[in-house]
Amino acid sequence: MYTELNSILSTTPDSFTQGEFILLSDRKSDASFLIHHFLSFYLRARCKVCFLGLVQSFSHYNAVSQRLGISLIQAKEKGQLIFLEGLTESLSVLIPQVTSTGNEAMDFLRDPSVGLRSLYDFVRSSVTSSGGGEEGAEEWGPPVLLVDDLSALLSLGVSAGAVLDFSHYCQATVCSQLQGNMVMLVRCDGEEEEDDWDDGGSELLLKGLTHQCSLTLHVQGLPTGYCRDIHGQVEVCWRRRQGDGQNTQKKLFQYKVHDKGASFFARGTSSAVL
Amino acid sequence: MAAPVNSVGKPSAERSSFSATSFQKKTRSKLISIPGTRPSVQNGQLLVSTGVTSLDFLLGGGLAVGTVLLIEEDRYDSYSRMILKYFLAEGVVCRHELFVAAAQDNPDDILQELPAPILDDVAIHKPAEQPRLSCEPQDSLDAMKIAWRYQNLPKVQSALASSSRFGHYYDVSKTMEPEIRQAAKCHRFYLPEHPAQSSPAHSPMLESYSALLKSLQEVIHREGFDVAASMSKSRNILRIGLHSLGSTLWGDDLSCHDNPRHRHALATFLYGLRALLRSSLSVAVVTVPSHLIQDRALNGITRLRGIGLAEYEITHRSTVSSSYTVSDLLVNCLGGPLIDT
Repeated sequence: MYTELNSILSTTPDSFTQGEFILLSDRKSDASFLIHHFLSFYLRARCKVCFLGLVQSFSHYNAVSQRLGISLIQAKEKGQLIFLEGLTESLSVLIPQVTSTGNEAMDFLRDPSVGLRSLYDFVRSSVTSSGGGEEGAEEWGPPVLLVDDLSALLSLGVSAGAVLDFSHYCQATVCSQLQGNMVMLVRCDGEEEEDDWDDGGSELLLKGLTHQCSLTLHVQGLPTGYCRDIHGQVEVCWRRRQGDGQNTQKKLFQYKVHDKGASFFARGTSSAVL
Repeated sequence: MAAPVNSVGKPSAERSSFSATSFQKKTRSKLISIPGTRPSVQNGQLLVSTGVTSLDFLLGGGLAVGTVLLIEEDRYDSYSRMILKYFLAEGVVCRHELFVAAAQDNPDDILQELPAPILDDVAIHKPAEQPRLSCEPQDSLDAMKIAWRYQNLPKVQSALASSSRFGHYYDVSKTMEPEIRQAAKCHRFYLPEHPAQSSPAHSPMLESYSALLKSLQEVIHREGFDVAASMSKSRNILRIGLHSLGSTLWGDDLSCHDNPRHRHALATFLYGLRALLRSSLSVAVVTVPSHLIQDRALNGITRLRGIGLAEYEITHRSTVSSSYTVSDLLVNCLGGPLIDT
């Protein structure tokens, strides 16, 4: 959890807006440090988290979260965190075994044209399992869905339309129905105006998701190139008007990622410059 | 911590027998100590050398275990093949195990072209020489008059054995001696030797890629490269070299059609490869002939790079001054990719 980001977004683990769809996107950069922030943020807020980790192994997220002060292994044991490890599940699909494991969430790998129905079923069963029947089960807060990341689905053959359908269904279930939050990461590579609609869908996906979401954080490198002290810029854009009638809808910050977190500062106020 | 854990201290038998010093570093730390690797100074990941020391420097110290280095081939596959051979030669010198897969050339041919390493002269104790020197004082040419205390030391500085150094130099004009090469264990995958099996109705990958992935998984399980494997035997690294993936010889029409039917086969394969690598002590170098990929939608190989399927990528721009740029996708990441512990 990065404290400066919390103050930028005006949220704390004790009070945050519910029913939000937060979109993280990057262009030729890496916004995954924001995923780690939101993961530790919602775990600290005692929410029930469903994490679809499609591109890295569980130990990767665990190691990073430990640096941020959260233990994913403990959260998983307590039932607060439901983790889908896409890589290991995919191996059982890609290399057909004699005995197949039960989890069907990654079945879209078998035939990407079918869509993400099985993945959505997995998400729905994770966030709605209330565990009320167990004794001693702790009461967790509203459910939260985190996806890292959606562009991997595009590269594995799923169409952009199917991914948009998936995110829409998840939003309807998690945000509207259960008043939880949703955080999704989308990555783009090319220049913004270069691609036409047929590029495999990443621009289409980004535009579609930006239309659906309520808060977007867009990470980009600096236009002047690589800099050791400033790793890039983050553009925060609120799409729904805040309750207290905040006027500012867009804010731009620069950030630097270091060993135990990330620091955000206004443009030109990097500690290396001042 | 960042580095893979749960390993007991390695027995001293693993130390090179050539070292003239009796100093043994006490390894109380839980890092696995495998010859030819070292922990990164930035985040403690286990690194191996690519064989090219300047490339190691660009990659931030070396190639992290559990990651994929994607090289876009230049037009005549000269430099990309050279980097692949350096990578494999480094594996031979460090006594890692190799896995070479190719569709065009027999992996044996690739292995025979490995450059010869330049090893320091190792002190071969000549016991016959020392008594001769001491008991024949009229050998005045060799006898030292001033620094006579150093008389009985071996003449050549005994270098630490090659396996404990990180990054070696190679003489490209010579090929590696067969004795050195055969000392390393090599697994081969030559596509024509694997006949196409009838695949199930809908498979996301081509049969060639599926067969390769399956063969990789078998080797990793059998030879004990899984991180979860028992710690009783000493650990080693598996170096995987995949040549020219995505070319038509693999059965992939990515390189020859504007709208390929198997558009996502290579990406799916790389996804499966990443899954295998993350759960084992292995590192992969893949060369892809991206200059052949016509698909407008894929923009060359940028689709794969954009979603970070390879952690490092060396791209080639065939401009007037053909150059390679290394894009390190891990720069400024809060945590690099780590293998399962």
